[in-house]
Amino acid sequence: MAHEAEHHHKETFITKYIFSQDHKMIAKQYLITGLIMGFIGIAMSLLFRMQLAWPGEASPVFKALLGKWAPDGVMDADIYLALVTIHGTIMVFFVLTAGLSGTFSNLLIPLQIGARDMASGFLNMVSYWLFFISCAIMLGSLFAEAGPAAAGWTVYPPLSALPQAQPGSGLGMTLWLVSMAIFIASSLLGSLNYIVTVLNLRTKGMTMTRLPLTIWAFFVTAIIGVVSFPVLLSAALLLLMDRSFGTSFFLSDIFIQGEVLHYQGGSPVLYEHLFWFLGHPEVYIVLLPALGITSEVMSTNARKPIFGYRAMIASILGIAFLSTIVWGHHMFISGMNPFLGSVFTFTTLLIAIPSAVKAFNYITTLWKGNLQLNPGMLFSIGLVSTFITGGLTGIILGDSTLDINVHDTYFVVAHFHLVMGISALYGLFAGVYHWFPKMFQGRMMNKNLGYIHFWVTAVASYGVFFPMHFVGMAGVPRRYYQNTAFPMFDELTDVQILMTVFALIAAAAQLVFVYNFIYSIFYGKKGSQNPWKSNTLEWTTPLEHIHGNWPGAIPEVHRWSYDYSKTYEDGSYIIEGQDFVPQHIPMQPNEEELNH
Amino acid sequence: MTTPLILAVLVLVAIAVWQLAKIFELSQLSTGKKSDATIANDDDNKYNGYLLFAFLVFIYGITIFSFSKYGKMVLPMPASEHGVDYDRLMWISFAIIFIVQTITQFLLHYFGYKYRGEKGKKALFYADNDKLELIWTIIPVITLAALILYGLYSWTNIMDINEEGDPLVVELYAQQFNWTARYGGEDNVLGDASARLIDIDKANILGIDESDPNAVDDIIVKELHLPVGRKVNFYMRSQDVLHSAYMPHFRAQMNCVPGMVTQFSFTPTVTTEEMRLQPEIIDKVKRTNKIRAERAAAGEENSDPWEFDYVLLCNKICGKSHYNMQMKIIVESEKDFQKWLDSQKTFGETVIAVP
Repeated sequence: MAHEAEHHHKETFITKYIFSQDHKMIAKQYLITGLIMGFIGIAMSLLFRMQLAWPGEASPVFKALLGKWAPDGVMDADIYLALVTIHGTIMVFFVLTAGLSGTFSNLLIPLQIGARDMASGFLNMVSYWLFFISCAIMLGSLFAEAGPAAAGWTVYPPLSALPQAQPGSGLGMTLWLVSMAIFIASSLLGSLNYIVTVLNLRTKGMTMTRLPLTIWAFFVTAIIGVVSFPVLLSAALLLLMDRSFGTSFFLSDIFIQGEVLHYQGGSPVLYEHLFWFLGHPEVYIVLLPALGITSEVMSTNARKPIFGYRAMIASILGIAFLSTIVWGHHMFISGMNPFLGSVFTFTTLLIAIPSAVKAFNYITTLWKGNLQLNPGMLFSIGLVSTFITGGLTGIILGDSTLDINVHDTYFVVAHFHLVMGISALYGLFAGVYHWFPKMFQGRMMNKNLGYIHFWVTAVASYGVFFPMHFVGMAGVPRRYYQNTAFPMFDELTDVQILMTVFALIAAAAQLVFVYNFIYSIFYGKKGSQNPWKSNTLEWTTPLEHIHGNWPGAIPEVHRWSYDYSKTYEDGSYIIEGQDFVPQHIPMQPNEEELNH
Repeated sequence: MTTPLILAVLVLVAIAVWQLAKIFELSQLSTGKKSDATIANDDDNKYNGYLLFAFLVFIYGITIFSFSKYGKMVLPMPASEHGVDYDRLMWISFAIIFIVQTITQFLLHYFGYKYRGEKGKKALFYADNDKLELIWTIIPVITLAALILYGLYSWTNIMDINEEGDPLVVELYAQQFNWTARYGGEDNVLGDASARLIDIDKANILGIDESDPNAVDDIIVKELHLPVGRKVNFYMRSQDVLHSAYMPHFRAQMNCVPGMVTQFSFTPTVTTEEMRLQPEIIDKVKRTNKIRAERAAAGEENSDPWEFDYVLLCNKICGKSHYNMQMKIIVESEKDFQKWLDSQKTFGETVIAVP
């Protein structure tokens, strides 16, 4: 295999930076595309947060950004719904699925399992470019004459199926569906590649129970994706058929704008089932990679093994299995048989158990550690904090009885933003701070800017989403353009303003990150080969990126990746003078192999 | 008016952040001892450890602040029979959440502070403890099992929609962007209906089957009246897109789905008049009308004094005016209800006969 590494192609700009088949470059492409989409998504949220805090007020910002959608600078109700819809779509799929999984699965799977590259570099490249095309179509849909899709990110029919129902259900909706279909193709190609690579290309000695938890998380995430994304694809295609070819999969008995439509026999509830069969696993597709990153970053920086490695793997598998049989908790009051509601309550509350185990294991990992509070570490701790705060309210929403009155209110919005939005973003940030030197030839991000970024974000995101629970418990439905039509919501105006101000502050903190990120790519200080003193294999590769990752033979693995602060019985470190034992170091005489 | 203010704040925050970063950098240059500006050193660990502890205080603080300031804004006491049960389960769940949240956030941030790194400190190699893990698997299992059982018991009761106890039959009919209610009339039976039978010219807006004898005495209204203490069985329909009939004061909600009839049932227990006399409602009305008076003084819209009423909201995104799709609900005594119902015209009277 050594010839691969020595064999240098003459690379042109195009094969190196654009149509690259190298997993490290593809990871960077995913990251940068994901971040750009992320900033568009966050900017949209600021626009509608401003409308919620100061309903109906004119603003030059609206006028400049929304043009005809903000006559006299006042945001239009249709564009409000479109912004909410596209914000959700972008953040869930383009940022937290592709941006997070795409980046770190690509970067870390080959590097951490000891492979020269992904199983298929070509499929990997195709996967990225399909993602790019779907981003372009989604952004293009913003310029559709009648506006982009506006039926909520779940695009329930008939609202999404009938152009008569709202302007956003015209061309904008078609583009949304096309974009999502391409996105799913991209995601499937990527996932298959990840699965095959993890199963087949592990280096000598890298057994499944020596894999870092990052890889376990990416691997299982890819499996969930392969199982559930095709179902969304089918839903999207059937919806396209209903829209364009007159079929009635999801539509029946509709009277709109003075006429009866021909649709007969379909049911919107069927669409809900198909959508949430992906939609709920999607939450874990977003969350598991973030948790995997946290496991790695936290263990490294705590200078301790992750607590309960096997329980962590069992939890990941348990969550993955349960995630495919809980979708109905989004549909307790959809009109489906109430008996199903009780089944889904049962499975949903079960999923809290592996989640709780994970949270407790993280906390125990910190116990008696020697915590190196780098920005990546802080974001990992922050993730556990928001994961707990957001996850706990899941006990209420997963309970069919309690869901009746908080369903589709701001209580739900607060819940999922904390548990999957903020948590997964923290995972993304932790990963970026931690693996930045691996991505950019040893350059490091500035830690002080990182600290500012973390602390402002941490305070502001609680500031946005904690009070939001109370708005939900006051009965305010989500996706309301303004709450002025109900005097009973008048006194919540102050809360709305508070949340919007915190949202603006949180967004400003992200500018610090952008500056740090871009500056560090070019001028970041070069660190050492293994700056965080980590055990995993990626830190044995040279700073300069080369095809095939290792210049010589691929290192052989002799231990799991969590031998931090391991000592002999007399209390001396395994390797004198350093508190970590990288995976490629053979077992020492008299050393006990623990935990696997 | 507020926009320049926000922009100004943002610019100031950005400048402040930039300056802070610069100061951090400069201070490290001048002391010279921390040459590595990329990896946490003892000082960083110390300060961020303190900050983690401060953050714990912040989390507790924002919890207490939110409960004390916003706690009174949450929905008032339930106005339906099952609502009492609902609220009890809700507060039990909240109590559990609150305890777990307080303890776990404490441990997380306290450990972050307590075990902050120092040069030369040794971490404990502690990879596993089956007993401990078993304990924190079993405890959630037991807690959740209890919650599941209680939840399922309530759910089964609430969703058991039957004809026992002579329930009043009401149809809630949704369309973009308003609600209509239909009563069964004398016979308390709703006539058959379908969106295909809608005939605007004949004022048959709900698509009621004119040939169905049960339909003649149906009563169609734009304001929902309910008799106190009598079970009401709701049948929901929609003619165009998904809607959701959300009656938060009664802890009731059900989607309205085109092509099918969905159901919900509850017994209202508090009349509108009684609710208006509740201290928490009196307070809420007072607070709200203060805001409205300020608006009136400033010459703004939406400033008429408010009187409390139950309300039915749409809670499933349905288009442009989703945010204003509502219907007033009035709960009154059986006698007042009958009087009101008798004064309404029947479908037979309102439908325009075929010429």
